[in-house]
Amino acid sequence: MALIEVERLEKHYGEGEERTDALCDISFKIDEGDFIAIMGPSGSGKSTLLHIMGFLDRPSSGIFRFEGKTIDEYSDDELAAIRNKKLGFIFQSFHLLPRTTVLENVKLPLVYSGIKESLWDEKARAAIEAVGLSHRISHDAVHLSGGEKQRVAIARSLVNDPKVVFADEPTGNLDSKSGQAVMEIIQDLNDKKGITVILITHETYTAEHAERIIRIKDGMIDNDSKVSNRHKASEFLK
Amino acid sequence: MSIKQLFKISSAGLIVNRSRSLLTILGIVIGVAAIIMVMALGKGAENLILKQIQGIGSKTIAVEPGAESRNMADFSSLFTDSLRERDLEAIRNKTNVPHMVSVTPVVMQSLAVSYDTESKRTNVLGVSEDMLPMFDITPEKGILIADEDVKGMSSVVVLGAEIKEKLFGFSDAVGEKVKIKDRSFRVIGVIGKKGQVGMLNVDELVAIPYTTAQKYLMGMNYFQEIIVQTDSEENVLGTVEDIKATLRESHDIDDPSKDDFQVHTQADAMEMVSSVMGALTALLVAVAAISLVVGGIGIMNIMIVSVTERTREIGLRKALGATNSNILSQFLLEAVILTIAGGVIGIIIGALLSLLASAVLSQTVSSGWSFSFPVSAAVVGVVVSSVIGVIFGLYPARQAAAKNPIEALRYE
Ligand SMILES: Nc1ncnc2c1ncn2[C@@H]1O[C@H](COP(=O)(O)OP(=O)(O)OP(=O)(O)O)[C@@H](O)[C@H]1O
Ligand SMILES: [Mg+2]
Repeated sequence: MALIEVERLEKHYGEGEERTDALCDISFKIDEGDFIAIMGPSGSGKSTLLHIMGFLDRPSSGIFRFEGKTIDEYSDDELAAIRNKKLGFIFQSFHLLPRTTVLENVKLPLVYSGIKESLWDEKARAAIEAVGLSHRISHDAVHLSGGEKQRVAIARSLVNDPKVVFADEPTGNLDSKSGQAVMEIIQDLNDKKGITVILITHETYTAEHAERIIRIKDGMIDNDSKVSNRHKASEFLK
Repeated sequence: MSIKQLFKISSAGLIVNRSRSLLTILGIVIGVAAIIMVMALGKGAENLILKQIQGIGSKTIAVEPGAESRNMADFSSLFTDSLRERDLEAIRNKTNVPHMVSVTPVVMQSLAVSYDTESKRTNVLGVSEDMLPMFDITPEKGILIADEDVKGMSSVVVLGAEIKEKLFGFSDAVGEKVKIKDRSFRVIGVIGKKGQVGMLNVDELVAIPYTTAQKYLMGMNYFQEIIVQTDSEENVLGTVEDIKATLRESHDIDDPSKDDFQVHTQADAMEMVSSVMGALTALLVAVAAISLVVGGIGIMNIMIVSVTERTREIGLRKALGATNSNILSQFLLEAVILTIAGGVIGIIIGALLSLLASAVLSQTVSSGWSFSFPVSAAVVGVVVSSVIGVIFGLYPARQAAAKNPIEALRYE
C-alpha cells in the first residue's frame, strides 16, 4: 500500500463566472521514503495540492488517501493528531510566531503532541542543532534572516519526527547559498532519516535534488518522471 | 494538553499585547472596584448603626408615640403626643410591668446653651433621674440629676465633656450658671469623655430634668420617648407585652391594630437597619453590576479583534496539530484570565479606596466608623468576573476554533 494515493483529484474555487479550477484530474502515488518534487509555474495549483495532501484542505472531488484512508474517514481530532505527529510543514512564507523565540517556535508542535513537557526542551534543541541554528536559540524569530527563518521552520517541522515533510518553496525567498544549505538539510532528512519529502518548487535546479518530479500546469499533471542525474546539495557546497 | 500548558499559551498571548490587555480589563476593574466599595461602605454604615443600637443595651426597650407607620409616606407617627405623664406612672408601676428596673421619659429640642460670651447650639435632653445611670454614665465632677430635681422642676444641668470644654475651656464648670433660652441653669455635674453610647453622644450631652424642660423650655406636656430597662435579657419580650397591655389600658384601646404607640427592642431595631441597609446595598450593587456587563462586552469586542488579527497564528497552530478544542480553550482562557485579572485588580483597588473612604469617614462622620473588607463580595467579584469571561469569551473563542486552517494561513 502506498503511503499517499491521489486519484482523479479536483479542486475548484468560486462559482459560475468566477470559478477557478485549481486542480483537475490529478492522480499519482507516493511510497514511504520517496523524495518527490512538484514543479509548476506560479498559480498552477502546487500549494493547493500540498494543502490537500496535508489534510489542511478538502478536495472538491476525487480521492486523497493517507495511509489508506481519506479525510472523511478520519475524525477532526485524528486529523489534528496526524498533522501533529506524522506530517511536517515548511510553508512558503515561514509562518513563525512573532515576538517568540526560536526555541519556543520550534516547540510549538510539541505543545499539541501529548509528549511530556520535560522532554520538549531536549527535542527542540536537537532539531535546532540539526539545522545549525543553536547559536540563535533564544533570538526573537522576527529578527532572523530569511535563511535562518526557513531553517527554524524546518526544525519545527522535524521536531515531532514526522513521516512526511511538505516543503512549499523552501528556497523561494532565499539567495542561492542559503537556499543550498536548506536543500542539504532537506536532502539529509530523506537520505539519513528516511523521511518522505514532498518538495514544491518552480525551479528545475532545486527540483532535481529529488528522485522524481511531478510537473503540473494549469492544475493538470504535465509530466511525472524520475530524475536521472540527481544533484547532491552537500557536494555543491564543497 | 494540560491546563498548565494551556495557561502558558494563553498568558503568553496576553503578555504579547500587554497594553491592550490592560485597557481591555479596565471596564471589569472599575465594575468590581465599584461593587467592592459599595459593599464595604454599606457594611461600614450598617456596622456603625448596629454598634450604636447595641450601645443602648440589650435590656432596653423604647416606647415611642404614634401608630406603626404603614408605608413610607405615613408621617403621622412622627408628630403625635400620645405618651404622657400618666403613661410613665403606669409603666413605673411594678404590678403592671414587673420586670422593669428603671424608666425615663425623653424630651428633646435643639437649643442654644451659653456661658459668658460662648454659645453653642445643641440637643437639650429632658430626662428623669434614671436616664444617665441606665446608660452607665457617671459624673467626673459633681453629681447627676436627682429625684428631687425632677419633682421640684429645678433648673440644673449636667454637661458632657466636649460641650463643657467649649463653654468653659479648662476652668471648672460645676457651680457655674449657663443660659438656655434665657433661663439660668446651675451646672451640677460634668461627665468625662465617653463618646457614643447608643444614639447618644455623651460628650455633647446637655441633660436637664424633663419636668423643667417640658414646662420652661419646650412648652409641651408629652414625651418623645419612654425608655424602659428590664432586669434581664430573657424578660425583654415579656416586658414588651406588659408595656403594651399597660398602655392599651391607660389609653382605652381594645383593638391592638389601633395602638397609638410603638414598642421597640434592640433586636427589632437591628433587624430593621440590616434589612434597610441590605436592600440599599443590593440596589447599588445592581447598578455597579451594569458596568461589569459593559466591561464584558468590551472584552468580547477586543477578543473578536484579536481573533481576526491572529488568524495566521490560529491557522498555523491547527496545521501543527492543534485541535478545535485546543484553540477554543486557548482563547476562552485568555478571556477568563483577562476578566479574573480585572476582578482581582478591581478588588484591590476597591478595597484600597474603601479603606481610604473609611479613614475619611471615621474622621468626619463618626469615630465609630470602621473599615470592614467584604470577603463575600471579593469572592463573588472573582466568580462573577470569571463567569463574564466565559460568557463573553465564548463567542470569539468559537470563531477562532471554527477557522479553516488554509484560510487562516493565507490571511495576510
Ligand atoms: N481560496 C481561494 N479562492 C480562490 N482562488 C484560489 C484560492 N486559493 C487558491 N486559489 C487559486 O488557485 C490557483 C492555484 O493557487 P496555488 O496557490 O495553488 O498556486 P501555486 O502553484 O502554489 O502558485 P505559487 O507558485 O505562486 O505559490 C490560483 O489561480 C489561485 O488564484
Ligand atoms: Mg504556492
